[in-house]
Amino acid sequence: MIHDFGIVWDERSLLLSGLANTTILSVLSAAAALLLGFVVTPALMSKRRPVAWAARGFVDGMRCVPFLLFAYIIYYGFPSLGVRLDNWTSGLLALTIYNAAYMAEILRGAWAAQPREPIEAGTAFGFSEVRLFRRLILPPLLLAAGPVIGNQMIQIIKDSAFLTIIALPELTHAASSIQSRHYVPFAAFITAVFLYWGLCLVIEAGVSSIGRVADARR
Amino acid sequence: MADGSKVLDVAGVSKRFGDLEVLSDISFQVDKGETVCVLGPSGSGKSTLLRCINWLERPDAGQVYLNGMQVGINGAGVVMNDRELSQIRTRIGMVFQHFALWPHLTVLQNLMEAPIQVQRRPKAEVRDEALALLSKVGLLEKQNAFPAKLSGGQKQRVGIARALAMRPDLLLFDEPTSALDPELVGEVLLVMRDLAREGRTMVIVTHEMAFAREAATRILFLDRGRVIESAAPDRFFAHPETERARQFVQRYAGDTAGQQWQRLGKRT
Repeated sequence: MIHDFGIVWDERSLLLSGLANTTILSVLSAAAALLLGFVVTPALMSKRRPVAWAARGFVDGMRCVPFLLFAYIIYYGFPSLGVRLDNWTSGLLALTIYNAAYMAEILRGAWAAQPREPIEAGTAFGFSEVRLFRRLILPPLLLAAGPVIGNQMIQIIKDSAFLTIIALPELTHAASSIQSRHYVPFAAFITAVFLYWGLCLVIEAGVSSIGRVADARR
Repeated sequence: MADGSKVLDVAGVSKRFGDLEVLSDISFQVDKGETVCVLGPSGSGKSTLLRCINWLERPDAGQVYLNGMQVGINGAGVVMNDRELSQIRTRIGMVFQHFALWPHLTVLQNLMEAPIQVQRRPKAEVRDEALALLSKVGLLEKQNAFPAKLSGGQKQRVGIARALAMRPDLLLFDEPTSALDPELVGEVLLVMRDLAREGRTMVIVTHEMAFAREAATRILFLDRGRVIESAAPDRFFAHPETERARQFVQRYAGDTAGQQWQRLGKRT
């Protein structure tokens, strides 16, 4: 068994590049999903029925599709519609679009729970719409939604493991190539599990520091 | 037409929400240094009137002028864009019923936010002025506290200081003590009375009859969206002209917060 972990250690550069790719995938798609969420959220809350329905359809649709199937559709399904994307683009796109639905729903909830009067005070004090959003709406919104957004980021990290099926060289893919090359499944996979766990701990540390900032203001 | 000598000129403002006519043809003027208290039963349109003055609600008809400049409609006669409206709003300070402080900013940052972000004034100057305002409302030691850690009375005093930090030509108060516990009303009214004595130009929607009687230079009495009386406070409270105002004055004659204000008033 020690010997198996020795083999994994020898292949550490492969694992570390997998970890780096997983981190890049997760961070990029989480940031993009959050930004996209900010576009979908106002649509969800729109007074125009067709806009709200379309946004609601997207969000509910995404939340009911298993991520693995969604990734299959983009990578293997889109080419039959004439859209051919490489595995990185497909993976990022799948993670982003899928999680944008969750981000939008998270932001909608936090937004709806924000008191209306401080925002109105911003308008009365002469804040233009853009500055109002940036200075007075966004910061309390992110503080309120921070823990749930962090939770979703952990979900994104775990979902990214599915992208091994489209041959994206992320952490799970690295672990499974090590095990198939040397036949050390337990050592390879358990090492990957610990690396995922470490990544999630970093996120949790970030979340708890947001939590401390938010608590001081509650 | 606009009268340049008046700080505020409200001319024939009307507003309806659906079938409900909330304000109907309201006209009044406020001179520099005046404290006008707007009284009236709830649902008479008092808050909507204030919100029409700075165009938080857009009036359906009529005009509002601030120092002779029309609010909401620009020189070319069209509805102001975001930037124009923002510019004129910075000259009107507003104090809200539920304080409306920005929860993610400290007390001092709450005061400095709009002067720096909107008025683009130099930070050092804004900071000095904000600290002076905090000491004026007796909250200098709370400058680094977050709003959530303050009592209601303290929050509202910050709300008043925040409005003053804009150096406004006109201050609007929307029921500033209605959300406070009775024992916290007095500290806020004292700050407002001092502002009245300093000669700040203010329009105050309130239910504090004793305060209105002492601090106001004029009372506007609203009923069902119309101004049905406009008189000096002594005259209004002693000899209301309309039956509606008479009933209103009698009903509020013995309110408890008012009595507390009188006690505080005698002590200072």
